[in-house]
Amino acid sequence: MAEMQIKPITMNFGPQHPAAHGVLRLVLEMDGEVIERADPHIGLLHRGTEKLIEHKTYLQALPYFDRLDYVSPMNQEHAWALSIEKALGIKVPRRAQYIRVLYCEIGRILNHLLNLTTFAIDVGAMTPLLWGFEEREHLMGFYERACGARLHAAYFRPGGVHQDLPDDLLRDINNWTKTFPAFIQDMETLLSENRIFKQRTVDIGVISEEDALSLGMTGPCLRGSGVAWDLRKNQPYDVYDEMDFDIPIGKTGDCYARYLIRVEEMRQSLRIIEQAIANMPSGPVMAPDHKVTPPQRGEMKQSMEALIHHFKLYTEGFHVPEGESYTAVEAPKGEFGVFLVSDGTNKPYRCKIRAPGFYFMAAVDHLSRGHMLADSVAIIGSLDIVFGEIDR
Amino acid sequence: MNENDLIDEAGIASESPLQIMADHLREIGQGIVLSSGIIHGEIELQVNAGNVVQLLMLVRDDRQAAFTQLIDLTAVDYPERKNRFDVVYQMLSMSNNMRLRIVATVSEGQTVPSVTGVFMAANWAEREVWDMFGIFFSGHPDLRRLLTDYGFEGHPLRKDFPLTGHVEVRYDDTQRRVINEPVHLVQEFRDFDFLSPWEGMHNELGGSAAKADPDKTAK
Repeated sequence: MAEMQIKPITMNFGPQHPAAHGVLRLVLEMDGEVIERADPHIGLLHRGTEKLIEHKTYLQALPYFDRLDYVSPMNQEHAWALSIEKALGIKVPRRAQYIRVLYCEIGRILNHLLNLTTFAIDVGAMTPLLWGFEEREHLMGFYERACGARLHAAYFRPGGVHQDLPDDLLRDINNWTKTFPAFIQDMETLLSENRIFKQRTVDIGVISEEDALSLGMTGPCLRGSGVAWDLRKNQPYDVYDEMDFDIPIGKTGDCYARYLIRVEEMRQSLRIIEQAIANMPSGPVMAPDHKVTPPQRGEMKQSMEALIHHFKLYTEGFHVPEGESYTAVEAPKGEFGVFLVSDGTNKPYRCKIRAPGFYFMAAVDHLSRGHMLADSVAIIGSLDIVFGEIDR
Repeated sequence: MNENDLIDEAGIASESPLQIMADHLREIGQGIVLSSGIIHGEIELQVNAGNVVQLLMLVRDDRQAAFTQLIDLTAVDYPERKNRFDVVYQMLSMSNNMRLRIVATVSEGQTVPSVTGVFMAANWAEREVWDMFGIFFSGHPDLRRLLTDYGFEGHPLRKDFPLTGHVEVRYDDTQRRVINEPVHLVQEFRDFDFLSPWEGMHNELGGSAAKADPDKTAK
């Protein structure tokens, strides 16, 4: 029989597809139902954030960080605030550091709730999504009560947080931490030992340790491959070094390991939230340096100097000394870094945002080769992809 | 850090781990590393663009250094310089818990050897730098544009590229398709410069006026 060359089928997935987690166009070269090559076309959500930041003052650039990974906005702001604080050398009051850690962990749970439940819907389970979004509503309620916005918070500022928490908010968050473990338990009964879920995720999209390092994986995707690395532990920022929590590590590096890690990370986040509430110190929430942080409203009615500070801060902004720095935080998805080049003026000269999801998306080709078409959906779901930060 | 500096001044040989690592990197990269420094707890190495691949392999495979992850790859544009771009590699060593920044200065049109063979993470990062800055990476397997639209022209993150861009997109009802047309601004683009006019005034006056000033204030 004559040898026949079968041309691979090129298939277009997206740009609008419920399993694409945003606007992803995936061009797949298929041999039957097996993926030979995946070519993600990204940039459909590209807004030129880095270019825009170059034209804004340091404070005006902050809200752009909410719009990167819009699932956990405050974690991004944290990186920006820390990078400016590093360049300026300002100390953040302890209460502000505690509030930041508290809200970063709320952000982590927000993110994992969205990721785990949409991952479940990608592989065919609908109920976790409906339950999970109810919990997300509670958390976004806490966001709103702290800063007035459910999503785009602009709450973490260089020098602290914008305003103090309302009186009964901590009590309500604490009450919520009592009810949340039951939700995790419920979700796990639906998924963790679910036969269909395990068939779709176990041994799918395995990342070896070497590959994970070479691919620039960070966060749960790196830990899923057995690398014990978490910036909250290894390079602690704010008051993470005072918190008692564990870092879950995966053994297999497959989609299921990444799922399990995120579930456990929610539990650990809950522990951090409880500790942050229990140990929350009193005091100011903003550094007293009014060349960087705005004065109190009441003070402005009395003091000419405070009024001048306020005016100068919201028009000219503050100047950051010349230099380069790279600051990274452990965002829910992985290492979120800001490479800041300042030239001594009131605007950043260059701000490169290192988004964890960018490198996950780049790895999709490597991970999905040789898998079935339906597995590519599971892989994308398990990598935790949000296009706000990938396209920037 | 400060304490160590003081001890060094006193002549006692006790250096911070960062300094030891910086010295070690200079040693293994002898002839490649142009200069090194420590800024904000990160080591920075200057290198010629041609030696980037070699240096990245050196710092990755050296057992003591073990910078096993390329965290980020980007570029910075300084249009007034002769070699206008800085290509910046952010490295992370997990075993040492240290960060390293490798900077290569390149001119417009100069190609940089691709490091995709050393770190897979460089693949998209280099595509992005090509897209945004127009720096060409030789030996890259698939150097297409990444973030901008199909058929886009120009390199947006260059300082001479306007913030508003050159083209805008809309759906044309008569042609029944999405069309690109030159940007039409209803109002002139305003980029406010809030830098204080009061500070630095003496520089602007310059010459005789600047010299005359102190006399006036003295009277």
